[in-house]
Amino acid sequence: MNAIQDYAVIGDCRSAALVARDGSIDWLCWPRFDSPSIFGRILDDRAGFWSLAPTTPFTVTRSYLENTNVLQTRVQTASGSVVLTDLMPVASEEQKRTLFLPDHEILRIVECERGEVEVQMRLEPRPGYARQQIRIRDTGALGIRVDMPHGLLALRTDMSVDGVADDGVRARMTLRSGQACYASLTFADDWPAVLPPLGAWSREAVRRSVAWWRDWAAHITYDGPARDAVVRSALVLKLLAYAPSGAVVAAPTTSLPERLGGDLNWDYRFCWLRDASLTVRALFGLGCVEEADAFISWLLHTTRLTRPELRILYDVHGNTPDDEETLAHFGGFRGSRPVRIGNAAAEQLQLDVYGEVIDAATHSVRTGATLDRETQRMLCGFGEYVCRHWNQPDEGIWEPRSGKGHNTHSRVLCWTALDRLLQLHEKGHLGHVPVRQFEETRERIRNEVQLRAWNVTRDSYVARLDGDGLDASLLLLAWYGFEDARSDRMRKTYARVQEHLGAGNGLLYRYRRTDSPGEGAFGICSFWGAEYLALGGGSIDEAEAAFARLCRYANDVGLFAEELDPQTGAALGNFPQAFTHVGLINAALSLARRRQGDRPVERAVPPRPPESRHPEARA
Amino acid sequence: MNWTSSLLWGFVSTIVLTTLMAGSQGMRLTRMNLPYMLGTIFTANRDRANVIGFGVHVMMGWLFSLFYIAAFHAWDRATWWLGASIGLVHAAFVLTAGMRLLPGMHPRMASEQQGPTVMRQLEPPGFLALNYGYQTPISVVVAHLAFGAILGAFYTLPAR
Repeated sequence: MNAIQDYAVIGDCRSAALVARDGSIDWLCWPRFDSPSIFGRILDDRAGFWSLAPTTPFTVTRSYLENTNVLQTRVQTASGSVVLTDLMPVASEEQKRTLFLPDHEILRIVECERGEVEVQMRLEPRPGYARQQIRIRDTGALGIRVDMPHGLLALRTDMSVDGVADDGVRARMTLRSGQACYASLTFADDWPAVLPPLGAWSREAVRRSVAWWRDWAAHITYDGPARDAVVRSALVLKLLAYAPSGAVVAAPTTSLPERLGGDLNWDYRFCWLRDASLTVRALFGLGCVEEADAFISWLLHTTRLTRPELRILYDVHGNTPDDEETLAHFGGFRGSRPVRIGNAAAEQLQLDVYGEVIDAATHSVRTGATLDRETQRMLCGFGEYVCRHWNQPDEGIWEPRSGKGHNTHSRVLCWTALDRLLQLHEKGHLGHVPVRQFEETRERIRNEVQLRAWNVTRDSYVARLDGDGLDASLLLLAWYGFEDARSDRMRKTYARVQEHLGAGNGLLYRYRRTDSPGEGAFGICSFWGAEYLALGGGSIDEAEAAFARLCRYANDVGLFAEELDPQTGAALGNFPQAFTHVGLINAALSLARRRQGDRPVERAVPPRPPESRHPEARA
Repeated sequence: MNWTSSLLWGFVSTIVLTTLMAGSQGMRLTRMNLPYMLGTIFTANRDRANVIGFGVHVMMGWLFSLFYIAAFHAWDRATWWLGASIGLVHAAFVLTAGMRLLPGMHPRMASEQQGPTVMRQLEPPGFLALNYGYQTPISVVVAHLAFGAILGAFYTLPAR
């Protein structure tokens, strides 16, 4: 079984697939990121795959085509070498209007560069998390049909098919230098399928997709350290942004373990409000205004449905995910069970999400957006909710299943919520706001955090009020402007976090707790450490060195999982993880701004232009 | 012939047929989408194809309702079961001859013999339109039974 870091991701901003170094696609959900899997071998050997590889032993090097999510795997055998190109074709809206294109497709092209190589393809789809019956038929010129209860998979290939059985398809072909073969897998669940021809049409699909990704990447304005890593992270975010709604899923996978052999296996194919502010800052910071606006639009639409109470996670269309369920027939990644689908954390209380949503909206205003009257009312309603509930215990940012507590991070985000609302009001972006109530509550929260979250014995802020545990999320106190990064308290907190949560080489655990022993170092927390230095907690050189060390933990194609094994550097947890890539981007942005002499994180809110000011805002 | 009644109930029965077919599609019983299939004769743009196809489908529904009404006049009576019987024959024709003829007439539909080409990529329906799901024939028959039954039940033959 492949390791997590042996995978690369391909996608089309609606769904994604994981391609292993050995040429096997071991994870695919169609038509959406959170649809049931069609290939799930990454979680169980019997859960389906689509492999394409030489029949003799081989070695592999791979990379994405520059500034794209088109994967190229160069395969060397004793008799020759081939290049495997994997992609989910994408096209512009104009091209979709004029061309007849499948809704969902994976295209694989093998080209022989040198010598002679025999390649074999095996397709074994197991839809519905390997719980559904399928019927496979060879229909001649139309290709091979896999009829599923809720749709059709159509395989077209110019390889010679040497076996169509009840459980799968086998094909093979010997390629000589200059020759190529093609395989296209399409999915249709709604309309009659579109069956693309092969050959020149396939090459045109690759050219179209490359141009589309490069055209998008050309909008990235970032010009700072580790530009390649930042652009790769941006491409991951774009791939994980569900185009029809603008939502960004946390990861395209479920139940890749945070601890090998353990039970820390969760479904991340949803959108967490927790990630909102950090994601929006990353997108705006890179110049991806369209994506940031789409995400905020999704965020505000989604949160309207449940306001003033917010759930902590939603699906790509803003609905509550299905109830959590375990797939008892799945063995799990290297025996890590249970495999879960759905996420019971949806029912938890996380008070930090209010600050995240309001801060995301504030980022939007900083870039010139104005808030309509309905959104103003909604944000103000969130503020009033915070005033009523800020002193309640909640599950907190890490969603432990061990119960609620008075979490420092949640308190600080409640402070952030009110602080941003007051700023927005002061600059004319919010109309009627109970200013005195917000100011008083903000002050009470600040006092309580400074008093009860500061542990004199530890000489540090601590994870919970009156507690003594440490948590990497404390590094965000400077990011949100609750504390100055240069303050004595923040410097001491950073030192304690490094001392107690440091995993070596710049890596940080998110916490050390008895209910989660053995999990890896947390990707985004490690980047928070580097960013804290960039915010003023250290010198530029220190910050750049810490950032560069962390970037080296990416896999061979620049992807990060949620966590890392500090001893081996192996990826742990769902993959690739948007949150980790957001951490990388934000750290890079702060570094670049600091290097240019700017304030690392922009906090000022510009005044609302007079012509768009609402009457009540002037009152 | 009662033109007002024929136009009204021809339209209503077509809308019911379209709704039943769209409902079957929404419930994942079939991938058959007649407006889309008709619309793609004229354009590759899916959104536009749906709109054009819907218009063409309504016009065809009206046109076909005239044949039903002609039969009612020939028999000098109109009942729901007579209408449903014609609907059954209509559905059988659509599923057999109609679906078999479609790839030859549709400029964007692939042929079962030659496979897809740059111009022709739409999946053909196959015998009884089974390529669009094994429950497709049931959906088509039910929709046409409803089409005929509504016409038979509500069309008013002119008084002699």
